[in-house]
Parts: sequence; C-alpha cells; structure tokens
Amino acid sequence: MFSLVSFIPRAVAQSIPLLLGSTGEIVTEKSGNLNLGIPGVMYVGGICGVIGSFLYERSVGDPAQMNAFLGVAIPLTCCLLGSLLMGLLYCFLTVNLRANQNVTGLAMTTFGVGFGNFFGGSLIKLTGAEVPTISLGATSKLFRTTLPFAGSTGAFGKMFLSFGFLAYLAIAIAFAASYVLNHTRVGLQLRAVGEDPATADAAGINITRYKYVATCLGCMIAGLGGLYYVMDYANGIWSNDAFGDRGWLAIALVIFTIWRPNLAVPASILFGGLYILYLYIPTGKNLAIKELYKMLPYIVTIVVLVISSLRNKRENQPPESLGLPYFREER
Amino acid sequence: MIHITKRKELAPQQMLAIRLGAIVAALVVCGVITAMVTGLNPISVYGAMLNGAFGSQRKIWILLQETAILLCVSLALTPAFRMKFWNLGGEGQILVGGLAAAAVMLVMGGRLPNALVILLEIVAALAAGAVWALIPAVFKARWNTNETLFTLMMNYVATQLVAYYVIKWEVPKGSGKIGIINQSTEIGWLPQIAGYKYLLNIIVVALLTVGMYAYLKYSKHGYEISVVGESTNTARYVGIKVERVIIRTLVLSGAICGLAGLLLVAGTDHTITTTIAGGRGFTAVMVAWLAKFNPAVMVASSALLEFMGRGAGEISTAYGLNHSFGDILTGIILFFIIGSEFFITYKVNFQKKGGERDV
Repeated sequence: MFSLVSFIPRAVAQSIPLLLGSTGEIVTEKSGNLNLGIPGVMYVGGICGVIGSFLYERSVGDPAQMNAFLGVAIPLTCCLLGSLLMGLLYCFLTVNLRANQNVTGLAMTTFGVGFGNFFGGSLIKLTGAEVPTISLGATSKLFRTTLPFAGSTGAFGKMFLSFGFLAYLAIAIAFAASYVLNHTRVGLQLRAVGEDPATADAAGINITRYKYVATCLGCMIAGLGGLYYVMDYANGIWSNDAFGDRGWLAIALVIFTIWRPNLAVPASILFGGLYILYLYIPTGKNLAIKELYKMLPYIVTIVVLVISSLRNKRENQPPESLGLPYFREER
Repeated sequence: MIHITKRKELAPQQMLAIRLGAIVAALVVCGVITAMVTGLNPISVYGAMLNGAFGSQRKIWILLQETAILLCVSLALTPAFRMKFWNLGGEGQILVGGLAAAAVMLVMGGRLPNALVILLEIVAALAAGAVWALIPAVFKARWNTNETLFTLMMNYVATQLVAYYVIKWEVPKGSGKIGIINQSTEIGWLPQIAGYKYLLNIIVVALLTVGMYAYLKYSKHGYEISVVGESTNTARYVGIKVERVIIRTLVLSGAICGLAGLLLVAGTDHTITTTIAGGRGFTAVMVAWLAKFNPAVMVASSALLEFMGRGAGEISTAYGLNHSFGDILTGIILFFIIGSEFFITYKVNFQKKGGERDV
C-alpha cells in the first residue's frame, strides 16, 4: 500500500542529486554559460570522491580505525577538486577559446561519463587491490550519519531528519544561491553578465572572472550531487552507469524552475517522487507497464517546457545571452 | 601583453594544418595517458590501437560498419544543425526507428511475403523516426519551445517505450531480452550483398552521404536551410516560410535517424535493446560539428572517432581495463579539436614591450 512516510524519504533521497545538479547549472547559466557537461561533471565528482575514499580506506586497513573527519573530508575534497578541474576546462574552452558551448558540454559529458565508468571499472585492477567490488561501507556510514533524533521521533523523524548531511547542505546551498543571485551586488552583477555582457563590460564588470567563478562553482555544486549519489544513496557502492540520466534531468529542472534555485528544492523533490513513483503504482503481474510509468519525469518536463514557452512571460525567460560567447572586440 | 583579433578567411591547407596539428597533439596526450595507465611504452600503445582497428579483416569490417552507422546519424543531424536547431534527440529517433522495424518483423513475419515485410519495415522505421523529430519541431516552429531539452527528453521517452516492448515481446518469458527475431526464417532481414554482412549498410550510407551533400549544396531546400540558420528574420523577409522549413527539415532529420535504426535492427543485429543506439545520437553531434556540417568531411571525422573507440577498446581488452577508456580518449581528442577552432578563427598577437605592435 502507498505510504507517505516511506514515500517521502525515498523521493527526497532521489531528489538531492537533481537539486545539486540543477542549482549548479542555474548558477552557471546565470553567467550566460549553458553547460551541457553537467552530467559528466556529476560522474567525475562522484568517482573522484570514490577514488579518494577508496585509497584512504585501503591505507587505513581496518575500517574501525578510520578518522571520522578525514573519512568525510578526503572524498569531499577530491570530489570538489575533480569538479573544479572540469569547470576550469569548460571555461578555458568556452571563455578563453570561445568554443561552441553545446559541443564543449557534450564532449565533457562523453569524457566525464567515460572517466567515471573507466575508473569505476578499473580502479581495483589499477591499484592491485584484492577486493571484488568497490564498496566503501565505512565512508558511506559517515556520510549517512543522520540527525540524533531521527530514530526516536517516529514519522516526523523519518520524513525530515533521516538524511545524511549532504542532503541538508544541498538545500542550504540552493537557498544561499537564491539569496546571492537576487539580493546581493555580486548576484546582480552576475545576472548582468548573463543578460548582456557588453553592457556589463561597459559598466566595469570583469566578464571573464564572473564567468569563470560562476561556472566553476556551479560545477563543484553539481559534482557534490554525484558524491551524494554514490556515498549516501548507493551506500558507497559504485556501479557503472548507475547514476544514469540524472544529470540531464538536472538540466531540465533548470527550465522547470525558471532559473530559481529556491524553487529547485520543491521541484526536485517532485521529480524525485516521479522518478520512483512507478515502484508505488500497483501493476499486478504486468511488469511491462512499469517501464511506461518510468517515462513520467520526462513527459512532465516536456509538458513544462511547452507550457513555459506558451506563456512566454518576460521574467520567466532564460538569461538573454545564454549559450553565446562574449568577445569584446566583436561588438 | 596579448591581444586577439579576428582572422580573415584562412587558406584551406592552413586550416587543415591547424586541425591536423590538434589531432596529433591529442594523440600524443592520449598515448602518454595510456602509457601511464597500462605501463606500455607509448609506441606500442599506438601499435595496439592500430591493431584494434585494422588488425584483421573482421576488425576492418566492424570499423567500416561502425563508421557507416555513426556517419548516417551525423548526416541525419546535419540539416537541423545548419538551421541552428540543436537536435540532441538522435538517440531516441534511432530507437523508435529500430523499434518500428522490429515490430513489423515480429507482427508481419509469416503473414506477408518477405519483400513486402522489408518494404513495410523501411516505411515504418523512417516514419517513426520522422514523427519523433516532428513533435519537438512543431513546438519549436509554433511557440519557439527549447528544442535542445525537448529532443533530449524524447530520448528517454523512447528508451522507456523500447523497454516496455522488450518486456512485452521477450523470448523466453522473464529473460528480459527479445533475442534474434525470425532467426529460422530470416523474414524481414535486409539482404546481404555478396555474402558480406555489413556491405549493404556501408553502401546505403555512402549513397546517403552523396545525396545529403548535394541536397545541402545544390537544392533549394538546402539554401533555405542555410538562410534560416543565418537569420530567421532575413528568411522571413525574403519570403521563406520558416515554420515550414523547420518542420520539413526535422522530418528529414528524424527519418534518417530512423534509417540508422532500421540498418541496425534489420540489417545487422536482428534484435532490439534499449542500448542499440549506443550513444551515437550524442557522438554524432560532435562528428557533425567537427566537420563544420560538411557531409564530405564527416566521413573523416566519424572514421577518426570510431578508430579511437575501436583502438581504445583493444587496449582495454588487452589490459583488462574498462571499455569506457575509449570515451576518455575520445573526450581528449574532442577537447583538442574544439580548442583548435579558436586558432582558425582568431589570431593571437603578442604586443612587444615598447608598445609597438607586431602585425
């Protein structure tokens, strides 16, 4: 039977990678960069965290001896570094070399997904470890440490307190991004860069710096989504291609939320719910029909795309110069 | 100080030299990375890659076949890209094309003569691919709906549709696979030419390449596509019906993707899975872009990417590494070529100390 108490935590757990990915992409797009490399960045973020913690867990040997702080800090740092490098690469190609953003993004996705699957599939062989699969139980346990009252407060605890720290961090990042974008000078200048870089340039805003910082921060936020998925959602077990198409859904969420990170919080939970709804729809013996229910998040995205283009309101439009390179001498 | 200016049009041989330079640089980086991962010396890395691509007659045939299919998808996407319509839905259009072909093979096999089944499956595959591209095209033309994400989402709808039918048609029940369709009767299988399994696909795609080249370069449609791509306002001003051009071009684009699905399902694989498109819808975007949307150059760019993929595959097999190694190498090559475009369009001037400029 359908039970909200079991449904909500699962929907939220599904939503966190989407939320981080879309928050990162919104910050990026506000600077006028359309980064289609986000799916790849999320893979890289995930696998870099895995590599970091795999090496750390192996160097310690006995999981009981692990330092809780290092156990979290090492994967987190590796994940952020990996994502940052991807962001720098994207910026170098699109900002400095003015490459086509769509093509650069797709190439980054090819590279990133390949990078993730390659190291996911070869890490054991490359390090000469004698374990059958990459299973980072000890690290995952640290990431999944819940708030203290989660177990003792019944349904309330299960629905709101039962998540690892990255989930709360994701929501905090989304609200912080929303605040910075809409209520600070930095946010105003960033939006100016995305809307009309020539005017922003004339006003003395450093276009290159804003694009770099926004895109790299965006990539690091998105990379955390990959880390959350593997360490928290998947219990520290990396399996190739398991992350799937969440990166693309995160990009679609950006349009769904009309470029507002605070709206991304409920929207991603809705998407997370749609993503797993098929598990809750009774189908009897007809297993095939479940595959059709899995279309739901994509169809909803399409419907939203169509509706938002039909309404065509001025404040709901993408940044004016989204996807276009800026070259001062070309004005 | 450095300052950057736009170049005048470069001579073709200079453009080629810059691109080749980028590819060579990328291959060197790939070789070094492979050497680091496998412990081989870089020279034998290239040896292993060449062996993976050209090592035996069978490998050469597979390379040609893979190149042909990738080229087919790239050709399909090209007219849309020329119009600045980002069709990222190649994956889904291939899948529904293949699904339609498989459906005809399963349902009509035994009820109609073989020739009629083949004819019907060709029509079905092309129509299915066309419909899959038509839906986003109509919304783009009417309401300017974002086509990049629309076509992208259509991919996943197609994947789930195929997943649904795979379970419906699975043989034996519970296996999650369809298996080879009409294995004993071979009804609906495209004929083999001179006993070569892949030759038909290669010939079809070769003809398609010539056709697409002529269509874009010499036909009125091709001209209209270019004008719409440059500026929709200009196109409207000269009396081109932009909506009609968008819809017509996307129907063509989708139908050719459907053809790729047909070639895969009825020509070589004789089965359908959710992964039959194998990421070609995305790789083809890069193939087309690398060739600057020129069908003739696409032959080379698709061959290059397939060569890298097959070569890297050989290395991964030999060293027990994961097959995604090829994607990493492909990514590196793409980054280099994408970066090299800058040096074709722009010129970097180093300003000398005294404030003089060298020209």
